[in-house]
Amino acid sequence: MAVRPPESRVWWNEPVATGELVWIGIAFLWGLFMFFMMIYWHLEGKQNLSAEVYRVKPDRYVKKVEAFVEQYRIGDEGDTGYPLVAPPPGSDVYLLARLWEFWPVLQLEKGQSYRLHLSSADWQHGFSLQPVNLNIQVHPGLEHIVTITPTESGVFSVVCNEFCGAGHHQMTGRIRVVEPGQGR
Amino acid sequence: MSDTGTSEKIPFMQRVLDNPFLLLFLGVTVPATLYLVWGLVELTQIPVAE
Amino acid sequence: MATAAGEIGVIGGIAAKFRTCPVTALKIDLAAERLIKANAVAAVVFLAIGGVLGLLVALTRWPAVHLLDSDTFYMVLTAHGLNVLLFWIIFFEMAILYFASAVLLNCRLAAPQFAWIAFVLMVAGALLTDFTVLQGDSSVMFTSYVPLRASPNFYLGLILFAVGALIGCMVFFGTLVVAREERTYEGSVPLVTFGAIAAAVIAVFTIASGAIILIPTWLWSLGYIGHIDTLMYKLVWWGMGHSSQQINVSAHVAVWYAIAAILLGAKPLSEKVSRTAFLFYILFLQLASAHHLLVEPGLSSEWKVFNTSYALYLAVLGSLIHGMTVPGAIEAAQRRNGYVHGMFEWLRRAPWGNPAFSGMFLSLVMFGFIGGISGVVLGTEQLNIMMHNTLYVPGHFHGTVVAGTTLAFMALTYLVLPLIFRREVMWPGLAKWQPWLFGIGAGGISLFMLGAGTLGVARRHWDITFADAILSFDYPATAFLMLGLNGIFAILATVGGALYVAITVASVLFGRPVHERNALHALGPLPQRVVESGSSAQVGRHGSEGFGHLPGTYTLVAVFFVAFALYYFVNWKYLSELWPLS
Ligand code: HEM
Ligand SMILES: [Cu+2]
Ligand SMILES: [Cu+2]
Repeated sequence: MAVRPPESRVWWNEPVATGELVWIGIAFLWGLFMFFMMIYWHLEGKQNLSAEVYRVKPDRYVKKVEAFVEQYRIGDEGDTGYPLVAPPPGSDVYLLARLWEFWPVLQLEKGQSYRLHLSSADWQHGFSLQPVNLNIQVHPGLEHIVTITPTESGVFSVVCNEFCGAGHHQMTGRIRVVEPGQGR
Repeated sequence: MSDTGTSEKIPFMQRVLDNPFLLLFLGVTVPATLYLVWGLVELTQIPVAE
Repeated sequence: MATAAGEIGVIGGIAAKFRTCPVTALKIDLAAERLIKANAVAAVVFLAIGGVLGLLVALTRWPAVHLLDSDTFYMVLTAHGLNVLLFWIIFFEMAILYFASAVLLNCRLAAPQFAWIAFVLMVAGALLTDFTVLQGDSSVMFTSYVPLRASPNFYLGLILFAVGALIGCMVFFGTLVVAREERTYEGSVPLVTFGAIAAAVIAVFTIASGAIILIPTWLWSLGYIGHIDTLMYKLVWWGMGHSSQQINVSAHVAVWYAIAAILLGAKPLSEKVSRTAFLFYILFLQLASAHHLLVEPGLSSEWKVFNTSYALYLAVLGSLIHGMTVPGAIEAAQRRNGYVHGMFEWLRRAPWGNPAFSGMFLSLVMFGFIGGISGVVLGTEQLNIMMHNTLYVPGHFHGTVVAGTTLAFMALTYLVLPLIFRREVMWPGLAKWQPWLFGIGAGGISLFMLGAGTLGVARRHWDITFADAILSFDYPATAFLMLGLNGIFAILATVGGALYVAITVASVLFGRPVHERNALHALGPLPQRVVESGSSAQVGRHGSEGFGHLPGTYTLVAVFFVAFALYYFVNWKYLSELWPLS
């Protein structure tokens, strides 16, 4: 019984039933498979998180985002007060997470790749792109650069999914994706 | 209980499993090295933005 | 109160009072018994508090009800995580450690006075943190990620609690030494004690990580330290936060083995295999702390892949082994008891009327199918991109720690009441249904939160309609449905949990005392042997001897494996449709 000491003094050499051995074999191979699946996806898959990260002072990052907005601003996002920014395909795009907003509103072209910079001015936030359901953690002091390629056009939302205090549930952002060559 | 094989030598792996303090040592050092130390070293190597 | 005659034993020159357990004939150190009782009672109190808070959270997340205002919601959610995840579970685990060492090894508890100091520290710490959270200015969630800042006493309470738990672990290890020195058992420790050793080893790593990070954070909250790196905090914090879940896994697997042994006489199929599986836990389970850092900037993919996979999934291998050897040991025992017909007579005729058994088996099934499968998927580096910080995460861990650990501990309680408290379980008719109510409720909230998370719904979020947001957004209607169903099953789970608390408290206070005469009866329904006792000659030294062929268990694990593989590949398919990211 499992609540009593083993009956034999030497239990290590007791035979193991075949059924048990077979299952251990299958489980071990399945584990190896799942391990190599992650590596395979790094080589062949298209969805891998970039490892390009820099340490940056939060106020320095805010300045970079402001300069970026100034350079590519094409107008306002309705009457929300948010600048609408349309950077050229392939360029560096900046998004600022801060209490409690993602700033500015971005306009990207479908099928084009962008180097999206993510960082926070204050606390940790969660970049959760919906309804795509793509989630990346955002830290103050770390500038994370991910290359992202929208595959569909429409209006997408960014929801903060890291608890960031009293206004956490008001913290949203927006990314507009337009057909190539339109909207600039 | 130890009726048979009283003289049989206890196999190495059984002795390992019978030694809680060895297990304690391994159970602390293995994750401390592979998870904590390795991870912390990576954090110190993040380059600074220009 | 103590009806059985106390026996004064002098072992190794130290006097301890013992009684003899009428069921197991084990000698029970009365000091250990008192500590087990104290820790179990504290555990149940914190479960009661935390469970009510859980219901309030679920009712607020049910959009049609939306019970609490946002500030209260975040405060209650912080308190819910702390009270159930830390206080309920760890108090109960202390009781298990004392049981698996002193009681199962037939030994006195080393240094009971230190165990009492541990208990007092833990109670004081838990209360301090709870009161601090209730002040309302420490709603930082139980993870307290910097730079969110709680009042200093929030951290201080957790530190006191952790120091207490560490002392408890030391008493456990000390008792192992005493038992060996005083030769209170022969050969190796029982498998259940071995599982408790795995839990205690992981606990030491857990608490050490906690100390490394919480002490500086406490000093930071007091203003003595200027800055704490956010990523460093998270890395070390999860060394505590996730490893503490691995204490639970080790402990509840040990509990599964214990219940199967006590009720059915089940023996491990192979000591070697089951202990090696626990060794994999000891070595690799803690690495999975990386599960929480998979979409974090600043850690390499090498580090992520290696750690999130628990070193090539060796700790998952450990769980897959237990997932077969626990039902396998039950099947072998039941076949020995004479239930040999067909594939599943052993399971059909198992003592389902005994809440200890039904709770244990439901815990085993739901931990594997819900918590286990979702955990491996969630912990796959790239798949995590679709799930991080969504409700998928609480969905997963309500499958592990509620439907798995909590239900297993509830099941064990139905044996602790007669064996340790020496009280019959009150209202056996209701007790029979309790694991089902709680199990189905817990399974439901897990599944519906997994569902909502798959649709992208954020965790720890007060308002999924975004009524106050400038840039509006709507989750799909199905997400609202999921959260409504979550609320309904939360009510079910709460009813089951309240029943558990009521039965436990009533039994402790008013239950009929257990004597030698009614001791076996007090364990609840047991399987009837349908074979002549003569044929027990077949009983081998290890569980699989003579019963190596276990068709029912093979079928169960085959079904499990197919479900696992299918769900795993479906998620890769989803991922491949996501916006390319590099
Ligand atoms: C009546 C039973 C319970 C119900 C109805 C319940 C419900 C919930 C709900 C709805 C959430 C919120 C998810 C979110 O908004 O992010 C939650 C969070 C959580 N629950 Fe439970 N729960 C119950 C029992 C438990 C138990 C027994 C445990 C642990 C043993 C537990 C551990 C947690 C933890 C750790 C969190 C996360 C808190 C956080 O995000 O900071 N729950 N629970
Ligand atoms: Cu935020
Ligand atoms: Cu937030």
